[in-house]
Amino acid sequence: MIRNSASEMASKLASGDVTSVQLTQAHLDQIAAVDKQVHAFLHIDTEGALAQAAAVDLKRKNGDKLSPLAGVPLALKDVMTQKGIPTTCGSKILEGWRPPYDSTVVANLKKNDIVILGKTNMDEFAMGSSTENSAYGPTHNPWDLSRIPGGSGGGSAAALAAFEAPLAIGTDTGGSIRQPAAVTGTVGVKPTYGGVSRFGLVAFSSSLDQAGPCARTVLDAALLHEAIAGHDPKDSTSINAPVPAVVAAAKAGNVKGMKIGVVKELNGDGYQPGVRKRFEESLELLAAAGAEIVEVSAPNFEYALAAYYLIAPSECSSNLARFDAMRYGLRVGDVEGASAESVMNLTREVGFGREVKRRIILGTYALSSGYYDAYYGSAQKVRTLITQDFNKAFEIADVLVSPTCPTTAFKIGEKADDPLAMYLNDIATIPVNMAGIGGMSLPSGVADEDGLPVGFQIMAPVMKDERMYSVGASLEASLLSKWGAPLLSTIPVLAGSK
Amino acid sequence: MSLTYDDVVAKYEPVLGLEVHVELNTNSKMFCGCSTIFGAEPNTQTCPVCLALPGALPTVNEKAIESTIKIGLALNCSIAPFSRFARKNYFYPDMPKNFQISQYDEPICVNGYVDVEIETDEGPKTFRIEVERVHMEEDTGKSLHVGGATGRIHGAEYSLLDYNRAGIPLVEIVTKIVPGTGKYAPEVARAYVAELRDILRSLGVSDVKMEQGSLRCDANVSLRLIGAEVLGTRSETKNVNSLRSVERAIRGEMIRHAELLNNGQRVIQETRHFQEDTGLTRSGRSKEQAEDYRYFPEPDLVPVAPDAAWIEQLRAALPERPSIHRKRLQEQWSVPDKEMSAMINADVLDVVEATVALGADPAKARGWWLGEISRIANEKDSAIKDLAINASDVAEIVALVNSGELTDKLARQVVEGVIAGEGKPAQVIASRGIKVVSDDSALMAAIENACAAQPETAQKVRDGHIPAAGALIGAVMKETKGQADAARVRELLLGHLGQSSN
Repeated sequence: MIRNSASEMASKLASGDVTSVQLTQAHLDQIAAVDKQVHAFLHIDTEGALAQAAAVDLKRKNGDKLSPLAGVPLALKDVMTQKGIPTTCGSKILEGWRPPYDSTVVANLKKNDIVILGKTNMDEFAMGSSTENSAYGPTHNPWDLSRIPGGSGGGSAAALAAFEAPLAIGTDTGGSIRQPAAVTGTVGVKPTYGGVSRFGLVAFSSSLDQAGPCARTVLDAALLHEAIAGHDPKDSTSINAPVPAVVAAAKAGNVKGMKIGVVKELNGDGYQPGVRKRFEESLELLAAAGAEIVEVSAPNFEYALAAYYLIAPSECSSNLARFDAMRYGLRVGDVEGASAESVMNLTREVGFGREVKRRIILGTYALSSGYYDAYYGSAQKVRTLITQDFNKAFEIADVLVSPTCPTTAFKIGEKADDPLAMYLNDIATIPVNMAGIGGMSLPSGVADEDGLPVGFQIMAPVMKDERMYSVGASLEASLLSKWGAPLLSTIPVLAGSK
Repeated sequence: MSLTYDDVVAKYEPVLGLEVHVELNTNSKMFCGCSTIFGAEPNTQTCPVCLALPGALPTVNEKAIESTIKIGLALNCSIAPFSRFARKNYFYPDMPKNFQISQYDEPICVNGYVDVEIETDEGPKTFRIEVERVHMEEDTGKSLHVGGATGRIHGAEYSLLDYNRAGIPLVEIVTKIVPGTGKYAPEVARAYVAELRDILRSLGVSDVKMEQGSLRCDANVSLRLIGAEVLGTRSETKNVNSLRSVERAIRGEMIRHAELLNNGQRVIQETRHFQEDTGLTRSGRSKEQAEDYRYFPEPDLVPVAPDAAWIEQLRAALPERPSIHRKRLQEQWSVPDKEMSAMINADVLDVVEATVALGADPAKARGWWLGEISRIANEKDSAIKDLAINASDVAEIVALVNSGELTDKLARQVVEGVIAGEGKPAQVIASRGIKVVSDDSALMAAIENACAAQPETAQKVRDGHIPAAGALIGAVMKETKGQADAARVRELLLGHLGQSSN
């Protein structure tokens, strides 16, 4: 049962074959069985999840009108506030903090009766590509426990691949939904910036952060997308427009007549041969399904990574200033006679990990008087150029595509001491965040050389998110008929797995 | 070797720069829905947004934008079609986010001016104060440092934080440099702040209570030798919490700077704190190791792009400018310049206007507020507006005098009673038993008694020596304990003694 897609589970719930309590319990059992190996979860809310499940079952019994995913369990990235449930962002500095309020995403999940199982592991404050930066220890990739599950949302992606949850929420600042999806053989979508409310998403880089759905199928992602998206007056950057018709697009999966642009700059040197091979195959499948494949160029993407590592740290240096031990979270050095300043300093010294400190220092420097124009100012100009590159490309093509990541999952510890090598992992995902457009990653198979999953990225213009789902669903269907079964059916079975 | 003020202005020209912070009187805070009521229990008017809980986001208070645009228009500013919020980053425990949302290089209002008129040796003169910008920001919380000698953080045993004020909408009005005011600099500054306060009050956008901090002035002062072009080093004086303090602080800083310069020392660019008791300033933090605020555009808020038609609507609805309003009142009431200035200086113009609006004669209304009521305020060392008497009380008292139910003397007792908290005029009259003796037979008895007691004086009056009547009237008033109408007593007395009362 736990290996079903969320939509299959939803049908079984609707037909009464299974109750939400049974379904939720099955997932809690799987978590209990495998999470010691995977470490996808930081907090499991057994009681809350079962109570929520029982409530949905009651509503169903009473004949209430329910949303499509009502009663289906979900794993929530620990960067989203949920009232009364610990929210750490993978950081020591928030250890023990229980938010007094629900993020809008959580409020929407509850409104849709989606059962929240618990909070998933992540790189501290979403800074990283491997989940190794979590203060609570790394998450392991269910495909190979010695490898990283991607990051920052490695916990959410690993939970899906380990059948601990059929749905998950991620957040994506530079690829934190899509890259984990790619390396775990799951589906992850970063909606258009402003498509999903950021209220209650603990900010890393406000102008880049975006929450989105993680799932095992394109349709499941679409159903979750519709459940969490929409205008929110509490987030002034939220777009006041109807949610794109992503479920309809995912159900149709039609690419006939669509122009698909291959981004020249996001392929080639630096991309693993197995990654490139799966990418080429996917293009052939899409062409066979009726799409026209064209090549587009985005010359300024070359500067995206450099600009990203100025903008994101700059914003983070300011966003993370609030963690000062005054009102919540960790407090260190609060001894008789200590000044507020020394408590702040000691708390931040102890409470933040190395990568977070590195980025705070980078950002503080980039915003400093005398350096602002050269760093932050130039980076903003690059951002405009990247947006222009996308605009031009979208004049030629309806969607753009690329491999999601240059490589498959690397070994835990392999790049831990080389931040630049780590940053390069996001080279293909970052331009999407810089331009505020939508991006999706779905599995395109495993690389021949290592047998590990490869991700296929689809990018669509602002608020044209449905196009990603059309293309994604079409490719997913073609691959499924080629393979005969979903990619995840070939994942090694974890010890003790249900 | 203390310099006099005259010595200072004989040698140096002061250059001013004034930054006024105004707390808007919106019902909710700048970026969240919390209440803004002053004086609530600490930390009861807070929410995830203004406490900067992780994940919380600001949203802009539309009313605050409207108020700021109104202020900009009233100060003759251009309203920017596109402006942006920015983050000003610095750590301080009473600032929950450790950055303040403010505006930096793209403020909402720019390039305005305010004309102020002051009395000079050559008569009234108008000075134009140019306004560089008007921008929006949020207030910080309040720190209460306990155990230190001066209420400062240094030496305090512990500090208490109240975040009720955190996020209250603030508007900052910044002037360009103000040269050319010479020896009148302190008065021009005071007049400017007073004019701003009047404008803000007329717009209804702020309580403008300097003593509660809803209007705060930071005064930048520098001196240069008369005729010099290069500006001197400035100091910025904070905590100036009354109009009088604005004047005193600037005067004091001018003398302090001049003494330093005359001694060959340099003025340090720094923040100074005004001390109400001494009228002097003390050094705050030095701005020479200026904090780097690392301003950058606030990514959580979209730019402010007010609709041009809306701006015109707000412009059309602006109230009469206070200076013009004053001129109109002066004409309507036929008040001499001096009296007008007296009312403005005593800050009673609006209450006089309100009293007149309730039917009192302008001269009488003015007389009460500037006279008896001012006197009592002085005695109590209190602001006139803080006394427990209002325009309707005074209007009622004036009406009672007009109808002869009170004499001026009795009316003063009523005023005193109202101010003493004994209630409304009618209650004071009743409880104190104040009553004009208007019963002629009672008065006649008193007159006869007086004449009988002073037969020689009565005879003088009968003989046509009218001024002698004063002594008899005095005796009657004494007998009636001052409750008689003196004019009526005189009339009856003269009739009784065979003289016409005219």
